[in-house]
Amino acid sequence: MSKDIRTHNLSIFVANRPGALVRIAQAFSRRGFNIESLVVSPGARGDFSRMTITAKGNQEGLEQIIKQCTKLVDVMACREHSDEEVVARELALVKVAIDPEHRELVLQIADHFHAKTVDFNENSLVLEATGSSEKLDAMVNLLRKYKIIELVRTGKVIMARGDRQT
Amino acid sequence: MSEKKINGAEALIMSLERCGIEMTFGIPGGAAIPLYDAIYDTRKNMKFVLVRHEQNAAHEADGYARATGKPAAVLVTSGPGAVNTVTGIMTAHMDSVPMIVITGQSSREMLGKDAFQEADVFNLTMPVVKHSYLLKNVNDIPRIIKEAYHIATTGRPGPVLIDVPKDVGTDIFTGDWDAPINLPAYKPEKCGYEPETLQKIADALAASRRPVILSGHGVALSGAEKELLHLAETLQAPVTSTLLGKGTFPDSHPLSLHGLGMHGTAYANRAIVEADLIMVIGARLDDRILGIPSEFGKNAVKIHVDIDHSEFGKMVTPQIACHGDAKTVLQDLQPLLKRGDTAEWLHRLEGFKKKWPLTFSRRGGLHPPQIIAELSKLTKGRAIVTTDVGQNQMWAWQFYQCDKPWRFISSGGAGTMGFGLPSAIGAQLGRPDELVVAIVGDGGFQMTMSDLATLATHNLPVKIILMNNHYLGMVRQWQDMFYDERYSSVDLEGNPDFAKLAQAYGILGLNLKRATDIPKILKKAIEHPGPALINAEVVRRAEVYPMVPPGKSLAEVVLSHPRRKPGRPAGSRNKTAAKRIQSSGKKEPQS
Ligand SMILES: Cc1ncc(C[n+]2csc(CCOP(=O)(O)OP(=O)(O)O)c2C)c(N)n1
Ligand SMILES: [Mg+2]
Repeated sequence: MSKDIRTHNLSIFVANRPGALVRIAQAFSRRGFNIESLVVSPGARGDFSRMTITAKGNQEGLEQIIKQCTKLVDVMACREHSDEEVVARELALVKVAIDPEHRELVLQIADHFHAKTVDFNENSLVLEATGSSEKLDAMVNLLRKYKIIELVRTGKVIMARGDRQT
Repeated sequence: MSEKKINGAEALIMSLERCGIEMTFGIPGGAAIPLYDAIYDTRKNMKFVLVRHEQNAAHEADGYARATGKPAAVLVTSGPGAVNTVTGIMTAHMDSVPMIVITGQSSREMLGKDAFQEADVFNLTMPVVKHSYLLKNVNDIPRIIKEAYHIATTGRPGPVLIDVPKDVGTDIFTGDWDAPINLPAYKPEKCGYEPETLQKIADALAASRRPVILSGHGVALSGAEKELLHLAETLQAPVTSTLLGKGTFPDSHPLSLHGLGMHGTAYANRAIVEADLIMVIGARLDDRILGIPSEFGKNAVKIHVDIDHSEFGKMVTPQIACHGDAKTVLQDLQPLLKRGDTAEWLHRLEGFKKKWPLTFSRRGGLHPPQIIAELSKLTKGRAIVTTDVGQNQMWAWQFYQCDKPWRFISSGGAGTMGFGLPSAIGAQLGRPDELVVAIVGDGGFQMTMSDLATLATHNLPVKIILMNNHYLGMVRQWQDMFYDERYSSVDLEGNPDFAKLAQAYGILGLNLKRATDIPKILKKAIEHPGPALINAEVVRRAEVYPMVPPGKSLAEVVLSHPRRKPGRPAGSRNKTAAKRIQSSGKKEPQS
C-alpha cells in the first residue's frame, strides 16, 4: 500500500435520479474513504447533475473508487483532476463577533481577502469570501483571533481549464 | 389493450412478460397483494412458483438463470419478505447472475413513517444490486421494467430490484407501452479495446513458451467456450478455470488443468507459479484463486480480458488489459493468432499431472469423492449439478467431470450455504428434460430445506445427494488445520433422519452407507421418475485436498493431511489439542 495520503479532486457527471448520490457515497464509504467535501448542483443539461467531491486517501484506493463510480448505471463520467489542471473555487460565509475596539481590524482582514460584508449588526457582521480553499483557510485562521460565531463553507467546486473536460 | 382499464400491478406483470420473463418465484403478502392479484389471471406465458422462504425464491431464480441463460423474476412482499431475499440477491450479484426482483412496499404516503412491514428496501439492498428503482409513478412501469431487464442482462449481468408501493399497483395505468429506455449514462461495452491491444496480446502469446489460460464465469456468460477451445488448441496452451468457470473448457481435454486456487489441482497451481504468461478471461481474480495477490504470476506477463473495466488492477495489475466481451475479443483475436511452441511446457505439465493427481481415500467408510466420481461416470458428465457450500462443494468441483458450461452451478463469490437445493429447483424448472442433481452438505441443506415442499408440489425429478458427515465439515477442517484442533460449534448433533424427512414430503428417501452400494443407490434415485434424496452417511472426518492455506502463495500447496499443522491462531496461548487432552485427562469430544 502506498502511503501517499493526499486530498483528491473528483468531478462526477451523473444523471439526476433518486439514489445516485447514495450509490456514489457508498463507493467511498465501503472502501473506508472519508469524503471531505461534496457539492451537488444542476449541470448544463437539466437532467444531469455535477458533483464535486474532495476526499483524502491513497492513490490506489481512489482509482478503484473512480472505476466503481464510472460503472454505476447513472454515472456518465467520473474524473480526477490535479490542482494545476482546474480552476477551483469555494465560497465561505463567516459570522464574526465585533466590538468597537476590533471592528476595524476585522474589516481590514476582510478587505485584504476581498471579502464582502453582507450583513452588519451591532454585535456581529457576516463576511462573504470566494476563492481557493487555501485562501479561505488563511482568512478564517486570521479571523479566529476574534470571535467566529458561525462558519459555513460550500466546499470546493472545480472546472477543468482550456479544452479539458471537467 | 386500450379497451379494458388496467392497473399498475397488471401493467407490471404484462411488462415482465413483454420482456420475455417466463418464470417468477415468490411468496405474497400485504403490500404485494395487488401484484399477486395480477398474477392470478393476467399472466399468459409466465409460470409462477410459490416457494417456502424468500431466500429460496432468489436462489431459484438464480439457478434458473444459470441453467438457461435467461433471467427470472422474484416477487415478494414488503419488509420481512423483501429483506429475506437479500442473501439471494447478494449471491446473484457476487456471481454476475441476471435477476429481476420486485418487492412490494408500503403505499407512497406511508413511506418513511414506520408503517406496518415497511423497510427501506431501496437503500438496504443498494450495495448488492447492479441497479434499483423505487417505482413512484404508475405510468413509468413499462419503461422501468424494460430498463431493468436491459441492465440485468447486458454488460456484466446482475440483479436489478424494483420496489413497488402498494398504491402504485392499484393506480390506473394510462401510460405509453412503448416508452423508450432512458439510460443516457449506461453504456455496456462489448469491445472497449483498441485494435493495437489485440495485436499486443497476439504478440505476447506468440512469444510465450509457458502460457496458461485462466477461464472464468465471464466465458460462460458470453458463450465463448468454442472460441476458448480454438484459442487453447491453436496456441497449444493449457487451460485452468475458476469454480464458476468449470465447464467453459472441457474437463476431459488433454489441455485442461482443471480448477485453480485454494482447492484447485496441484498441477494447475504449479502451472501458474511457473508460467511466463497468464491470460485471464472473464475472471475477477478472487482471493480464493490468487493465494497472495502480489505473488500471483509474479514473473509472468499478465493479460486480463473482462467486460467490467473496474476489474483491471483491482487485485492484480495486468500488463495488457482488454476491455470487452470474452466472445467478441476472442473472435477478433483469432486471425492474429500464431501456433505456439509449447511442447516442452506441456510435457512438464503432464509430469505434474502424473505426480499430483486428484486422489481420495477409500478407507474407513464411505467417502464423498467416491459418490461424486461414480455420479460423473453414470451420467457421463451430462447432468446439471448444483452444489451447496463447504467440503461437498469442493469435492463436487474436483470430481464431477463436465465438458460444457452451465452444467455446474455453485455459489462462488458469496459462498452461500443453502444454495444447493433451491438452485436445483430453479435449474430443473428451466431445463425440465435434463437430469438435475443437487450435491449438498447436512449443514447447508438444513438452511433451505423448507423448499422440499416446492420440489414435491411440482414433482420435479431433482436428485439430492446429501453428504452427511454430521459436521460443518469445512469449518471443522479449518479448525483442524489452523486452530489447534479446537472444534468449536461444528458438530451437527441433532440432525434429523433425512431419508424419513424426504419421505414425509412424499419424496423418495434413500440411505447410502457402503461404498459398494453407490452404483445401485444412484441408479435407483436416477431411475425414479420424481424427486429423490440420498442420505449418504459419509466418513465424518474427511478433508479436502489439495489446499493452499489462506494467506499462502499458490506455491505452498498442501497435498494431504499434514502432520505438522500449517497454522495457529494469531496471538494464541491455547494448548494444542494433544496437550489439552493430556492435562485434563479427558477424551477428545466424541465424533
Ligand atoms: C450462510 C452461511 N453461513 C455460514 C457459512 C460458513 N461456512 C462455510 S462452509 C460451512 C460448513 C458447511 O457444512 P455442511 O453444509 O455440512 O457442508 P460440509 O462442509 O460438511 O460438506 C460453513 C458453516 C457460509 N458459507 N454460509
Ligand atoms: Mg457437513
